Amino acid sequence: MQLYRAHVLVCGGTGCTSSNSNKIISELEAQIANSGIQNEVKVVRTGCFGLCAEGPIIVVYPEGSMYTMVKVEDVKEIVEEHLVKGRIVKRLLPGGNVKDENVSAESSDFFAKQHRIALRNCGVINPENIDEYIAFEGYKALGKVLTEMTPQDVVDVIKRSGLRGRGGGGFPTGIKWEFAMKQEADQKYVCCNADEGDPGAFMDRSVLEGDPHSVIEAMAIAGYAIGANQGYVYVRAEYPIAVKRLGIAIQQAKDYGLLGKNIFGTDFSFDLEIRLGAGAFVCGEETALMTSIEGHRGEPRPRPPFPAVKGLWQKPTILNNVETYANIPQIILNGAEWFASIGTEKSKGTKVFAVGGKINNTGLVEIPMGTTLREVIYDIGGGIPNGKKFKAAQTGGLPEDVFLQAILIRRLTMIH
Amino acid sequence: MQMVNITIDNCKIQVPANYTVLEAARQANIDIPTLCFLKDINEVGACRMCVVEVKGARSLQAACVYPVSEGLEVYTQTPAVREARKVTLELILSNHEKKCLTCVRSENCELQRLAKDLNVKDIRFEGETSNLPIDDLSPSVVRDPNKCVLCRRCVSMCKNIQSVGAIEVTERGFRTTVSTAFNKPLSEVPCVNCGQCINVCPVGALREKDDIEKVWDALANPELHVLVQTAPAVRVALGEEFGMPIGSRVTGKMVSALSRLGFDKVFDTDTAADLTIMEEGTELLNRIKNGGKLPLITSCSPGWIKFCEHNYPEFLDNLSSCKSPQEMFGAVLKSYYAQKNGIDPSKIFVVSIMPCTAKKFESQRPELSSTGYPDVDVVLTTRELARMIKEAGIDFKSLPDKQFDDPMGDASGAGVIFGTTGGVMEAAIRTVSEILSGKSADNIEYNDVRGLEGIKEASVELEGITLKAAVAHGLGNARKLLDKIKAGEADYHFVEIMACPGGCVNGGGQLYSHQW
Repeated sequence: MQLYRAHVLVCGGTGCTSSNSNKIISELEAQIANSGIQNEVKVVRTGCFGLCAEGPIIVVYPEGSMYTMVKVEDVKEIVEEHLVKGRIVKRLLPGGNVKDENVSAESSDFFAKQHRIALRNCGVINPENIDEYIAFEGYKALGKVLTEMTPQDVVDVIKRSGLRGRGGGGFPTGIKWEFAMKQEADQKYVCCNADEGDPGAFMDRSVLEGDPHSVIEAMAIAGYAIGANQGYVYVRAEYPIAVKRLGIAIQQAKDYGLLGKNIFGTDFSFDLEIRLGAGAFVCGEETALMTSIEGHRGEPRPRPPFPAVKGLWQKPTILNNVETYANIPQIILNGAEWFASIGTEKSKGTKVFAVGGKINNTGLVEIPMGTTLREVIYDIGGGIPNGKKFKAAQTGGLPEDVFLQAILIRRLTMIH
Repeated sequence: MQMVNITIDNCKIQVPANYTVLEAARQANIDIPTLCFLKDINEVGACRMCVVEVKGARSLQAACVYPVSEGLEVYTQTPAVREARKVTLELILSNHEKKCLTCVRSENCELQRLAKDLNVKDIRFEGETSNLPIDDLSPSVVRDPNKCVLCRRCVSMCKNIQSVGAIEVTERGFRTTVSTAFNKPLSEVPCVNCGQCINVCPVGALREKDDIEKVWDALANPELHVLVQTAPAVRVALGEEFGMPIGSRVTGKMVSALSRLGFDKVFDTDTAADLTIMEEGTELLNRIKNGGKLPLITSCSPGWIKFCEHNYPEFLDNLSSCKSPQEMFGAVLKSYYAQKNGIDPSKIFVVSIMPCTAKKFESQRPELSSTGYPDVDVVLTTRELARMIKEAGIDFKSLPDKQFDDPMGDASGAGVIFGTTGGVMEAAIRTVSEILSGKSADNIEYNDVRGLEGIKEASVELEGITLKAAVAHGLGNARKLLDKIKAGEADYHFVEIMACPGGCVNGGGQLYSHQW
């Protein structure tokens, strides 16, 4: 295995890609080769770091120096100064948050108050390389589930963890799985709702772009728990990078035998397919989503019967959102109690937010449940541009609450 | 069926466990308004007019699809329910083309009735309205998307019951509309003109092509000898439109009304149905005896004929060579009758009163003009006749009874039963029996074809021949039956197919039923 003295991580999320990060990568590779250090330094295209306002973003390890708003013309200096001579390019460090060049990006205010579980690998690994995912404990949870746990054990862990659906409904995930597990049927299905449609939201897109294997692994775990051997990821076609990386990830998982027949040499088989949404907002609603997967016009159908009883093709089905799934492997590995120790009494764990509008650090953040709106806006978000006063904030999608100044202390949870 | 105990508006009732809240409420005589709901045809919970409060549920629920369960508590008249229903209705009305005064559905429009029932006094939301073209190129059915409320009943009927699928919901959001493939006119897609979509439309978005003016013009033309024939199913339906009980037999009043409208002669299509059955019975016998193509399939339902042409062309040779009764009658009137009475056939104008919209299309088929003139000039539906009678100011209820005109006003009972499913087959079997044995067949026993609802079969012993016959009504059932024959799973001699579920009495040109 080739060892490198330095890694250059370049954000390959949708935001930074649209700001030319692909060109930056090829320029980096060219400059590195030019300097003859291509065997010492590795360039990695990762998922989203979260600080989208400052993109394109590059992080150089081992120092952990984060360079922001990097232009193609800056690459030569980064290679010659930092990678060849070991001198950090101070002018490219984020002015507001990293005060000391010796402090790594992770310790900046933006990251310090975050707790990354669903986003743990985003901006860390190359999402198109399954080996990198495996190196970060990937598929270990699936192995544990298949070899050490019964389906009931899995359901119990998820129930005890207190995990609630991250798509907005906030339904307890473990209870949903238990409903589906208890149904007698010749066929069951596991679906992933990646039809993220709320204006301004890109949490699920970022997970799929940055860490697609976490969703694949979680869906296989869910399949084992409820007794399903087939899964579908319904992802909107407007997320081309996510679709591409998910496709690569599924193929790699199949090649490694982590999807398909007799996974880990057990009796459990599970396959996964992608279904593309054609941009209908309503297809993010679970029954419309299933109707669309079935090949019909995506329109909702009455509940009850609930999907856990009669879902896809009238078979018991569970649908979870991307972010919900991304939490699952960590819960299995670290235990329900670990997860339940994060967050509030009724809302456990963390929540990913896409932060946008009149705020300095627009981007993607993951915070423990119960973090106040004030902390999100002023600490993580870096406040309001030009020192202006806060007027109002909106959470969730269009239909959600609008918070006025008086309730900046409002704690963000899954319980409204 | 297992029963469950539920409470609706504090009334404790016991209902079968497979009921919906709507069915349970109706059993308890509690009225819940509906718009998109159509029992067994369209149960999608789309319009939200039937919302109710279900104790413990997070939001209001659609009663038409919400299943009952033990201990369920439902409230149908809370302030939240009333508010939701009213606002929903107001929003539906906001982009509805409210030309109610001139709408063909005025006074029997379900949307109009809801607005009245829910006490909507003002149109609060004047939203954007659609201005889509009206499709009136089909000789049978007119589509006016600007009046559509997107209830999906027509789509369900066309796709699920008739298995035709000529119309479907297309586009999204405000631009959502019911349309055809590539937005072609109905005349250019495999629509069979059965008009069942019209019968289920709650508003005026689907209606028959109105041909009343053509008839007024003909009646006013002194050079024309204007004849009218009426199909069997019309006489049992017409009275309802004039406030008489459903199913009243108003043959005599109908003949009176037609005379008063100015028709020179009023004939009974039953006479031609008799001709049809003699022809068809003989044809059946010939095919059985001489190794002709079997099964012989009836040809009197023009919706079925077009369906066969589009979907089962391999069965075209199985169709009876007989014209349908109305066309047969038209041909006879323009040949035999013209000759007998010394009238130039070009001066004869034949009007048919039919329970059917497909007959309008049929009358325009160029091949059905053996005299050199169309066998039938204009077809009016039962609804159109009712409108003509009203327009003429005729007090239908107090009309005296009148007999059909001779010489073609007399018919057997066999012709009358053409109007209901199984009728043609029964009449044909009786005819075959009479030709073979000289006596009429005894009562014919039908059995349901196993596993297929809406399809019946019978076998009759006739002078050494075991005649196997089957009956299907509704094109979805016809499809199942034909597939069975195609797969070699059935070997019938004779098959009767009626395009409309229930046969001609439920034809696409009949009066709107208020039974939803």
